[in-house]
Amino acid sequence: MRLSYPSNVKVVKVPCTGRVDILLILHAFENGVDGVYLAGCLEGECHFLKGNLRAKKRVQYVKGLLEEVGIGGERVEMFNMSASQGQRFAQCAQEMTERVRSLGPSPVKGGSKK
Amino acid sequence: MIVGNRKEFQEIVGMLGSNRRVLLLGCNECVTVCGVGGEKEVGVLASELRIHWKTAGETFEVKEHTLERQCDYEYIDQVRGFVGDYDVILSMACGAGVQYVAEAYKTKLVMPAVNTTFLGVTLEQGVWSERCQGCGACILDMTGGVCPIARCAKSLMNGPCGGSSGGKCEVDKEVDCGWQLIIDRLTELGQLDRYEDIIPVKDWRSSREAGPRKRIREDLRL
Repeated sequence: MRLSYPSNVKVVKVPCTGRVDILLILHAFENGVDGVYLAGCLEGECHFLKGNLRAKKRVQYVKGLLEEVGIGGERVEMFNMSASQGQRFAQCAQEMTERVRSLGPSPVKGGSKK
Repeated sequence: MIVGNRKEFQEIVGMLGSNRRVLLLGCNECVTVCGVGGEKEVGVLASELRIHWKTAGETFEVKEHTLERQCDYEYIDQVRGFVGDYDVILSMACGAGVQYVAEAYKTKLVMPAVNTTFLGVTLEQGVWSERCQGCGACILDMTGGVCPIARCAKSLMNGPCGGSSGGKCEVDKEVDCGWQLIIDRLTELGQLDRYEDIIPVKDWRSSREAGPRKRIREDLRL
């Protein structure tokens, strides 16, 4: 398909989105990323049965944490797609990039609250 | 186990005030099992605090450390070597742990990051429920193994009251009526005749009404 997606998206490979721990996401924000999204398998299609459903709940939890600390829950999201949906992968990358761009750089980097 | 809830982040930040060097102490016991103050939760709160202060553009240092228990002096003593490097100890243990840490380090500010709530059980992963209020005089033998003190909103010794409806309590339709549970359990046990026994007025001196409690077992003392 030779689809392209925004070059600002850095892919971190995990065996399953169920592997993505709350701390992994928080540490990414601590280190200055502007947004994080999880690209999991379609709901009901998890090879490990509930990995993507667990990830979905964790993303919701992290949204709350990011709201608490004042950088906003919209900077983290969960998307679902199958391995054959390259088009959707590119669309999600585009959608998240646009969302994060509209939110601006993460305030963690600039110390903007001061 | 002792069950708690983590305090709101803004409350914790407000508590810390101008203190920027924090020793964040977790506990490997009850608060780990109920997902509120173990090594993982220490990591999450530490990360939140770092993000908060980075965003504010201010320097901040947090040391993450989780003790085996915060209710035994031997474990609390393990941080003595570096506790002096920090302005404040933020404890994620239950109220007992927070107080014992404060007793051990008398010149150090010790603050709670957790609201201790109840003695309870794990109903399922992520769900905990109250079962005991530590009244000091257990009557579970008389009530089919269901505690009327902890599970009846009024702690009635002879119930249910008129607020019991369809097996639920009037304080919340999601809460089981403790006395309905007792009756159901006695029925299952074939002991419903025990329900006719009037449980006498409880002597609350074994509970909190006689002040802080202490237990001594001389044969175990060194």
